[in-house]
Amino acid sequence: MDMICEKCSKEPATFHVTEIDPDKNKMERHLCDKCAATEGFAVMSQPNSMLAEMEKIIAGGKTSLSKAGKLVCDECGLSYVEFRNHGLLGCPHDYDAFRELLNPLIERAHDGGTSHVGKTPKRLGGDHKAAQDLARCKRLLADAVAAEDYERAAKLRDKIQELESE
Amino acid sequence: MSDFTLDKVARNISEWLRGEGPMHEIVISSRIRLARNVAGRRFLSRADADEREHIAEVAATAVRKAPRLSGYMQIDVAALDELHRRLLVERRLISRQHAEASGARRVAFAVDETSAVMINEEDHLRIQVIRSGFRLDEAWDEINRIDDELEDQLEFAFHPQYGYLTACPTNVGTGLRVSVMLHLPALRLTSELDKVVEAAKELRLAIRGLYGEGSDATGDFFQISNQITLGRSESEIIDDFRDQVIPRIVDFERAARQALIDRRAIALDDKIFRAIGALKTARLMSSNEALQCLSHVRMGLHTGRLQSIDLTTLNELLLHTQPAHLQVLSEGRSLNGQERSELRAAMIRRRLGVSEN
Ligand SMILES: [Zn+2]
Ligand SMILES: [Zn+2]
Repeated sequence: MDMICEKCSKEPATFHVTEIDPDKNKMERHLCDKCAATEGFAVMSQPNSMLAEMEKIIAGGKTSLSKAGKLVCDECGLSYVEFRNHGLLGCPHDYDAFRELLNPLIERAHDGGTSHVGKTPKRLGGDHKAAQDLARCKRLLADAVAAEDYERAAKLRDKIQELESE
Repeated sequence: MSDFTLDKVARNISEWLRGEGPMHEIVISSRIRLARNVAGRRFLSRADADEREHIAEVAATAVRKAPRLSGYMQIDVAALDELHRRLLVERRLISRQHAEASGARRVAFAVDETSAVMINEEDHLRIQVIRSGFRLDEAWDEINRIDDELEDQLEFAFHPQYGYLTACPTNVGTGLRVSVMLHLPALRLTSELDKVVEAAKELRLAIRGLYGEGSDATGDFFQISNQITLGRSESEIIDDFRDQVIPRIVDFERAARQALIDRRAIALDDKIFRAIGALKTARLMSSNEALQCLSHVRMGLHTGRLQSIDLTTLNELLLHTQPAHLQVLSEGRSLNGQERSELRAAMIRRRLGVSEN
């Protein structure tokens, strides 16, 4: 009745994920936490082996490795290869230092999201917030149009015009 | 902050287990977490001992200066013995990762345990607010204010494109993780849980057991959380949980409970009354068995099949029958597995008012 871990067939499967292999086949995996960790899935204990996998898929293995081999952050000394092995970045600057390789990973991990929308530190104030409101309204507009909710879409268009004229 | 004070904490029941709040018969708790890092400092994987110590100091000072957090208990996790670190994990005040890490690290938490700040976990600061029942808006309101107050004291690493920067790029952007803990015994009994899991996957949500790892993932308690933190605002993420994800699962569980009552009442009662029977009579009880039995009794209570037990006792037992709690409550005596099972069974019988001859 309960789903049992497909690997050890003992523990209850608590980890459910759809894996995409290099041939782009989708495969569903149901694992217990322990086996998920050894397979490199567990989000809590090894947050980034999944990212490493995706990076391999996206960048197509070899080319990215040679490129990655040379990338080192000049502020904290972390190399891109080390990041891939351990899954954690070394300093805020890494986001720019590794940008080229990191960006597709981030995009995949966040289902296409590449730019922050939402809370902004007070010290950065209003401009950011307005820009984000605008981005949010544009997204909602696309959703409304897709859902053929034209009344809502019209309201959102007005709001966007208002934001753009500010 | 001494172990003695923590021992007293162990006797309390955490607010998130009070069994109150909207949809509390299915939604155990609503938790929101924010990941933040101090600007201009390395993330922890590249910080040496001195820098780590410095960050801990700076963050702890900010917590003390923030008006909402000034009354928090501050605990030096690195100085704590293993038993008390596990106690904090069982109370969900720190993560397993934080308990097992090394180097300078702390936690500060409100006396009622509804909010906590982990210092030097994966990120410099991990703020969490947790409420019993389905109360995400309240939780967001509180954590947003805490974040604002901490921001008055500290400059957080923020990128014009990526937003709040985190050690792991899977948390970048809002740094926001919503986790709702659900009790879904009927979906499990009717084998409908797979559908929930399937739907959650489609929506890019993670489903995990009660306390994370391995054997603890029994007893029909599940945590659902978002994985996407970039490109969606805090309110969009929370709106999804509040208006779509959780109400649908709750309706589904309610329907499954009703279907059991209508069509398989005997089988349902059998589960419930076997569970209460085991709790009242067993001489040895593992934490997994206790969790499973408590789960079925809880379902009995909320479906009206069983009235002879109160929810508070049940929730207390959920917390107190866990290994570290059990050990702390038995005066910290070091126990082996069998002794723990024996003590656990005895504690349960006592709390359920079974008179022993
Ligand atoms: Zn397994
Ligand atoms: Zn760096």
